[in-house]
Amino acid sequence: MDPAEVRTTIAQVLATIAPEVDLETLDARAPLRDQVDLDSMDFLNLIVGLHERLQIDIPESDYARLVSLDDLVAYLAAKAAR
Amino acid sequence: MRTSIIRKSAGDLRLPPNLDAAAAANFTWSQARAELQGLPGGGINIAHEALDRHANGLRATHVALRHLDRRGHRRDITYAELTRSANKFANTLRALGVRKGERVFLLCARIPELYIAALGALKAGAVVSPLFSAFGPEPIKTRLALGDARVLVTTTSLYQRKVAAIRDAVPALRHVLVVPDAPTATVPSGTVDFGEALACAADVFATEPTTEDDMALLHFTSGTTGTPKGAVHVHGAVVTHFATGRYALDLHPEDIYWCTADPGWVTGTSYGIIAPLLHGVTSIIDEADFDAERWYRILQDEAVSVWYTAPTAIRMLMKAGVEMARGYRFPQLRFIASVGEPLNPEAVWWGKDALGLPIHDNWWQTETGGIMIGNTPAMDIKPGSMGRPLPGVEAGIVRKTADGRLEVIETPDTEGELALRKGWPSMFRGYLGQDERYRTCFDGDWYLTGDLAKRDADGYFWFVGRSDDVIKSAGHLIGPFEVESALMEHPAVAEAGVIGKPDPMSGEVVKAFVSLRAGFEASDALRLELLGHARKRLGAAVAPKEIAFLPSLPRTRSGKIMRRLLKARELGLPEGDTSMLEGS
Repeated sequence: MDPAEVRTTIAQVLATIAPEVDLETLDARAPLRDQVDLDSMDFLNLIVGLHERLQIDIPESDYARLVSLDDLVAYLAAKAAR
Repeated sequence: MRTSIIRKSAGDLRLPPNLDAAAAANFTWSQARAELQGLPGGGINIAHEALDRHANGLRATHVALRHLDRRGHRRDITYAELTRSANKFANTLRALGVRKGERVFLLCARIPELYIAALGALKAGAVVSPLFSAFGPEPIKTRLALGDARVLVTTTSLYQRKVAAIRDAVPALRHVLVVPDAPTATVPSGTVDFGEALACAADVFATEPTTEDDMALLHFTSGTTGTPKGAVHVHGAVVTHFATGRYALDLHPEDIYWCTADPGWVTGTSYGIIAPLLHGVTSIIDEADFDAERWYRILQDEAVSVWYTAPTAIRMLMKAGVEMARGYRFPQLRFIASVGEPLNPEAVWWGKDALGLPIHDNWWQTETGGIMIGNTPAMDIKPGSMGRPLPGVEAGIVRKTADGRLEVIETPDTEGELALRKGWPSMFRGYLGQDERYRTCFDGDWYLTGDLAKRDADGYFWFVGRSDDVIKSAGHLIGPFEVESALMEHPAVAEAGVIGKPDPMSGEVVKAFVSLRAGFEASDALRLELLGHARKRLGAAVAPKEIAFLPSLPRTRSGKIMRRLLKARELGLPEGDTSMLEGS
C-alpha cells in the first residue's frame, strides 16, 4: 500500500475521532499528540480504527514507536506491504 | 486461588509498615503536626516543609525529582537544587508584584518547571491552581476567570493552542510566563520567558510567613450544575499530606516513588508534588503519555518501590497482557496503590499475577485534599473495597430521615451517603466565591461527600455510585453542565443532555444527547461537526466521545433535563419513576 493511501486512511479514521484536526496543518515529523489534543482513549480508538480499516495488527508493544504522523504512515505502509 | 480476601502476613512486607496497631492507636493530628518543622517565626508553609526542611538538612544532595523526558532522557534534581530554583521563582513573583494570596495558575506538561513554579509560588505565599493540560480553551478560560488568575505558567505550544485566543477574556491575568518547547525558541508576544526570568532572580528567599489557615491551593472540580467549583485548600493541609504519605502510601526514606497522576488534578499535586517531597524521597516524573512498555520499563529501570497509579492505567496495562509485564523484573517494587475510581477486583488480582503485588485501592476527593480511606500495606485486602478510614479520619454512612435530620447508619452493608467528620487538616475551606454551595456540603459536624457507599461488618467501605450526575472518566470528574453549555453554543443544537456511559477502560465516557433546532437535519456529518466543535472548546479530556441525536430530550415539569433517564435508557434499565416527566 502506498504511503499516500495510508495517509488518507489515517485522515479518514482520525476524522471520526477528532474531526477538528486538519492533518494538512501539522508537522508530520513532530509528535502528533503535541500538536493535537488526543487523549489516551482517542489514541487507542485511532489504533483500533486503523486496524479495522487496514486489517493490520498493531500490537501494544509497537505503540511507543508511533509518535509522529510520519512514523504512523511508515509503520502501516511497511506492514501493509508484507 | 481468588478468594474474597487477600490475607497479608509479615512475609509479604519487605519493610516494617509505618501503620501498625500501635501507630494507629497513638495517632493524633497534633502529633503529626509536631513532626513538621514550621516556619522560623511560627506558622507553616507547604513548600518550606517539602523543600527547605531537607535542603538545610541531611537530604540536601538527595535526588528530589527524577524527570524523564519523552525520549527517556533523565534529569536529576536534588533537594538543594529544587529549593534554589523554587526560590528563584518566588523572587520572580515578588519582582512582578504578585502579593500573598494572589493566584498563580499552572498549565504545563509534566516538566520540571511545573514543580519549580508550584513550590516557588507556595513559598511566596501565592495560591497555586493547577490546570490539566488536556483542557481546551473554554475550561481554561472559565477557571482562570473564576480563580481570578494573576499569573499563568505554561509552555509556548499550550499558550498558542489554548490561551492566546482567550487571553483578552481574562483581563485580571497580568503575567504569563512560558517555557519554550525548544530551548532556543523565542516566546510569544505578551509573555515572559520562564527561564530568562529565573536566570535574573536570586536563589535565596525568605518564605512568606503563612499560617495554617492561609490559602495555598485552589483545585477546580465539577458539580452537576453551574460553573466548576474552586475548592480552597490551606497551608495547614500539609499535615494530612505528610501523615497520609506515611500511612497510606507507606513512604520510607529510601523509596523511589512514582505517582502517575498529572499535577493538573488534585492527586498529582497532593501526591505527585507535595507528599513525596515531605518525606524526602526520590520522585519519578514521566513527561510522556501512557505507554504500556514504557511504564514497565520505568518501573524496572528506575527501581520504583512505591507506585501510586489509577484504575484506567491499570486496565490499559491489563489489556496489553500479562506476558508483557513478565518481560520485566520489579524486585524493588513493594507497594502499589490506586485512586480515581473504584478498582475492580480483577485489577487487584492482576497486580498479583503481573507485578507480584496486589493493588491497594484508596478513596478521597478534591474536597478532602488527601487520602481518607485506604487499603494499607499491613491490612488484608478485600478486592473491590476502598479499604478502611486512615488514622485521624472518621467516616460514616449517613442518610436523611423523613424530618430532615441526618442519621448515621450503623447497620452493616446498608447503602447511604459517605460522610466524613470535620476536623482533618486538609479539609477544603470553601468553594471560591460560592459560600452557599460550600455550606450545603455540610450537615452539622459531617461533610457529605456525594458518594454513595456501604460499610461492612469489618469496617471496610464499598463504593456504590454518585448521588449526583457528575461523570467520572479516567479518574477525572466532569460536570455535565459544562459540556452541555459548550454544545448549546452550536447553532444547530436546541438542547443537550450529557451522561457518563459505562466504559470498561475509563470507568465512564462522556456521551451527549442533543436535539436539533428547526431547519437542521440529523446526519453523520453534523454529528462529527458537533464533536469537533465540542473538542475545540473543551479539549479531549472533557469533550464527549459520543454524540447521539434525539427528537427531544426528557425534562422534568420544572424544565430540567433528566440525565438519569437518558442514562437509564442508554443502559437499558427500567426507567423508574417517570411521573415527574413532562407530558407523562
